[in-house]
Amino acid sequence: MAVDQSVKNQDGGFGAGILTWIVRLVIVVAIPVITFLGLYAGFIFLRDSAAPKWLITLVAIIWGVGGVAVLFWVFNWIVELFSDKWRDRLQPFVFVGPAVAILTWYLAFPVVRTFYISLYNRDGPQYGQFVGLANYVTVFTDRLMREAFRNNIFLWILFGVPLTVGFGLVIATLADRSKFERISKAMIFLPMAISFVGASVIWNFIYVVRPIDAPQIGLLNAIVVGLGGTPRSWPAYTAISPWNNLFLVIIVAWLQTGFAMVLFSAALKGIPDEILEAARVDGANEFQVFFRIMVPTIRGTIITVTTTIVIFTLKIFDVVWVMTGGQFGTDVIATQFYRQSFIARNAGYGSAIAIILLIAVIPVMIYNLRQFREQEAF
Amino acid sequence: MASGGRRKWTNLLLVNGTLLILVILWTIPTMGLFISSWRTRLDIQSTGWWTVFPHRTWETVAILDPKELGLDSTAVMEVEGATGTFEQLRAGVEAPNGKRIQWVGNRRIGRIEVQDQVWTVNWDFTTDNYRQVLMGKDFEYKNPDGTVEVIPGDNFVGAILNSIAVAVPATVIPILIAAFAAYGFAWMNFTGRRLLFIMVVAMLVVPLQIALVPLLRDYSKLQINGTFLAIWLAHTGFGLPLAVYLLFNYIRTLPREILESAFIDGASHFTVFVRLILPLSMPALASFAIFQFLWVWNDYLVALIFLGGNPDTQVLTMRLANIVGSRGNDWHLLTAGAFVTMILPLVVFFSLQRYFVRGLLAGSVKG
Repeated sequence: MAVDQSVKNQDGGFGAGILTWIVRLVIVVAIPVITFLGLYAGFIFLRDSAAPKWLITLVAIIWGVGGVAVLFWVFNWIVELFSDKWRDRLQPFVFVGPAVAILTWYLAFPVVRTFYISLYNRDGPQYGQFVGLANYVTVFTDRLMREAFRNNIFLWILFGVPLTVGFGLVIATLADRSKFERISKAMIFLPMAISFVGASVIWNFIYVVRPIDAPQIGLLNAIVVGLGGTPRSWPAYTAISPWNNLFLVIIVAWLQTGFAMVLFSAALKGIPDEILEAARVDGANEFQVFFRIMVPTIRGTIITVTTTIVIFTLKIFDVVWVMTGGQFGTDVIATQFYRQSFIARNAGYGSAIAIILLIAVIPVMIYNLRQFREQEAF
Repeated sequence: MASGGRRKWTNLLLVNGTLLILVILWTIPTMGLFISSWRTRLDIQSTGWWTVFPHRTWETVAILDPKELGLDSTAVMEVEGATGTFEQLRAGVEAPNGKRIQWVGNRRIGRIEVQDQVWTVNWDFTTDNYRQVLMGKDFEYKNPDGTVEVIPGDNFVGAILNSIAVAVPATVIPILIAAFAAYGFAWMNFTGRRLLFIMVVAMLVVPLQIALVPLLRDYSKLQINGTFLAIWLAHTGFGLPLAVYLLFNYIRTLPREILESAFIDGASHFTVFVRLILPLSMPALASFAIFQFLWVWNDYLVALIFLGGNPDTQVLTMRLANIVGSRGNDWHLLTAGAFVTMILPLVVFFSLQRYFVRGLLAGSVKG
C-alpha cells in the first residue's frame, strides 16, 4: 500500500508521467513475479531439503501462512492500481475468488468428475472402458458391499446414533440440575479432542485378550472372566456377527456423546424456568417434565444433532480401519470406498461408492438450501 | 414439608449419582491408557492397569517341601488344614484359617506355598515408555526367565513436527481465505454473489470422499503428492464451506456504520478488512480455528491418501496407526504414543474450550 501511494504522489509533469508509468509497469510485473518465484523456491525447499526437521517445520508454517497472506496482498495491490471503476468491479473477485476457486476445484468439480469416473471400469476414463451404470449394479449386489450397507445403516446408524443422542440428552439434562455441571460436562466432552486413531488405541486396550489362564490386561475381558465367562477378542469375535460391530460403534458413541451433550445443554438452557416450574406445580413428575416439555421444546436441536451425527456416521472410516481393517464382517461404506479406490485400484467402482455417499446426503443439502432461502440473508 | 425435603434429597442424590457413574464410565478408557503409559513394559503385559489401585493379592509367607511332609500327589492331600487333590492344590485351596495353600511346579519337584492375602498396589512407574517414543531409544529388557530382549523404540518426534507443519497452515490458510470471502459476500456487490454463496451452502455436507480420487490424479499430474502443500490445500478445500458460512454469518452482523465511517475516511476495502473486520471477528475466527485445528490434527483419512506415500511427511495419526498394525502388542509404545498424540489437542481443548463450544453451536455439519 505504501508503494502505491508514493507512486501516485509522483504524478507531476508529462515526462515525469511517462517515467512514473514505466516504473509502475515494471513494479506491477516485477512484484507478482518475485512473489511467485519466492513461493516456488519455498516449495522446492520444503520438498527436497535435507535440513533439520524443526527448520523444515518452521519454514513450512511461515511459507504456508505467509504465502497466502502475501498472495492476497499482491492481488489486491494490483487491483488497486486500476481506475476506480475497474477496481470496484475486480476487487470482489480478489476477496471471494480464491475461496470460490478452491471450492470449485476441491468439491464442486470433483462431484462431476467422480460421477464421470464411476461410469468407467477399473482403469478410469483415460485407459478404461465405458460401462454405464454397471458399477452401481455391482454396488448393490456385491456381497461385501451389502455387508457394508448392513453394518453402516443397521448397526452404525440405527444403534449408534440413538445411543449417542440418548446419552447426550440424558447427560445434558442431569448436568443441568447438578452442582458439578462444569466439571462433569468437561469430562464427557473430553474425548472430542481425541483422534479416532487415538480412540482406537484406547479401546483396543480395553478389548485386549489374554489366554484364559493368564491374568487379563483388558478391562472388558477382566470383567468377563471375573463373571465366569470366556475371554474373547470382541470386535473380531465372528460367532456373534454382526453384533461384534457394536464394539466399534460404542467407540464412536463414546467420542460423539460430548458433541450431542453440548448442543442439548445449550438448548435446555433456553427453556424458560417458569414453564418447567408451572408443570411441576401442576403435579407433573420429572419424567413427565422431561418427555412432555423438555424434549418437545428442543425438538429442533434434537433433529439437527441427529442429522449431523447420521451424516458423520455414514462416513465413518478411521475407527473401523484401525481396529479391524474391515475384517470379521465389520466393513462399512467408507472402508469399502477406500479399499476399492486406493488398494484394489478400482477407480470406477470406488467412485460409484462415493457417489452413493453423496446421494445419501442430498436431502440434507436440499434442507440446508431451503433454510438459507428462508433466512433471506441476501 | 419434611417429605418434600427428603424427596428433594433423593432427587439430588439420584441426579448426581447417575451423573457420577456416567462420568466415571466416560473417563475410565482414557484413564486406563494414561495410567498404563507410565507402567513398565512387563507390568503392562502381565497385570491390568487397575492394579495400581489398592487391591488384595496373595503373598507367600512360607514354603513347604511336599516330600518332607510325606504327601502323595496322586491322592487327596491335607496341608495346613486345607485338603484337595493335586489339581486343586495347583489352583490353590483356601485353608479354614484364611490362608491359601498352593502347589507350585510339577508333581515331583514342586513346592507348596502358604499364602496370605494382603492389600497391595502396583506402583512401579517409569518414564521409559515416553523416552522410547520421544527419543526412539532402544531398550533392553530382562524377561522373568532371565533372557535379555532388545525392544526397538519408535521415534515420534518427526511425526509430531510433521503434524504441526500440517495442522498450523491447514488451520490458518482456510481461515484467511474464508474471512476474505465472507467479507466479500457480506459487504461487496458483484454479479453472481447470491449464486456463489448458494454453492458454498450446498457444499457444506458434501462428503470429502467424493473428491479424493480426482484430486489424487490432479496431484500426481502436478507432482505435489506427499508434500505439505498438497495436504494444506486439501484441508483448506474441505474446511472452506463451513468456514465461509460461519464467518459470513458473523461478519454480516457487524454494525454497518463502522464500515461506512471508515470508507468516508478514504479507507479501501482491504484496509477495512485488515484493520477493522479481522480484529472484530476474533471470536468467530477463534471458534473456527479450534474446530479446524482439532479436525486436521486428528485427521487420518486425508493424510493417509495425500501423504501416504511419503514417509518424510508422515503425521502422528498415521504413525500411531502404523504401530497398531505392525506392533499391536507393544502396549508400552502404544499407550505412550497415543498419549503423545493427544497432548496438544487436550491442551488446546482445555484452554480454549469456551471458543470450541461456541464454534460447535454455530453449526457443525461438515463434509
